[in-house]
Amino acid sequence: MEKIPILRMGHFLLVTIQVDLYDQLAENLEADLLNMVSKTNAKGVLIDVSSVSIIDSFMGRILGNIATMSKIMDADTVVVGMQPAVAITLVELGLPLKGVYTALNVEKGMQLLRSKILLEEEDQEDEYDDDGTDSSE
Amino acid sequence: MTTTAPIVLNRDSITVSRETDVVPFRSRVKEHAVKIGMSLLNQTKLITGASELVRNMLKYGKGGIVKIEIVSKGRDSGIRLIFEDKGPGIPDINKAMTDGFTTGKSMGLGLPGTKRLMNEFNIESQVGVGTTVTVIKWKNG
Repeated sequence: MEKIPILRMGHFLLVTIQVDLYDQLAENLEADLLNMVSKTNAKGVLIDVSSVSIIDSFMGRILGNIATMSKIMDADTVVVGMQPAVAITLVELGLPLKGVYTALNVEKGMQLLRSKILLEEEDQEDEYDDDGTDSSE
Repeated sequence: MTTTAPIVLNRDSITVSRETDVVPFRSRVKEHAVKIGMSLLNQTKLITGASELVRNMLKYGKGGIVKIEIVSKGRDSGIRLIFEDKGPGIPDINKAMTDGFTTGKSMGLGLPGTKRLMNEFNIESQVGVGTTVTVIKWKNG
């Protein structure tokens, strides 16, 4: 049984899809990724689709599902490296991948995920500061 | 306007009966598209559409035969795909061609989306007999 490897990098999970996806493989990836998010407390998922030559409605839906499901589990998803022809085809097909963060390449995708984590941490610090002032009063 | 039928330059056919046949099928279509020098964008549209139609064939028609033909009309050449299944057929084709209509769990983009990706699209279906979908993507279409 083929399997798409999921790599852990700090707070993030990294998936590079190097093979042509078929439905079962995509469904397995969805389940594996969500299990990994829960097991590793990952804050972000980065999916590199730069070597994927076609994304049809089923695979597009799986990408959307992964983003929505991991968001419910407090992890952001970024899809990176989509080929121009694939992007054009997806939109003409009628699947604009709403709600999925995208970036041009892995580096920019990582930056996006890091900035999201930083923002969250700042929010949390603000909350602690408020608590501190409250208790001193 | 004359409606001359395209000339068939090459015939190939492939049986798709289970999900693992889909990847080899897609690469076979790609090989033919590359052979006639189709642009990458049109290749991607053709293969994406083919992938949608082959999924329908597997899901609703329990598999079938796909004919892959290289066709020529005037100065243009292209790929014609004919998907034939002996499934239950589609009772209301107009409904099936509507964006968002589905009897399954999918998003209902398969048929209308594929029509947008192809240059020519024809669907014939008879309840209890089967469904035949014919599509053409021209090299420069």
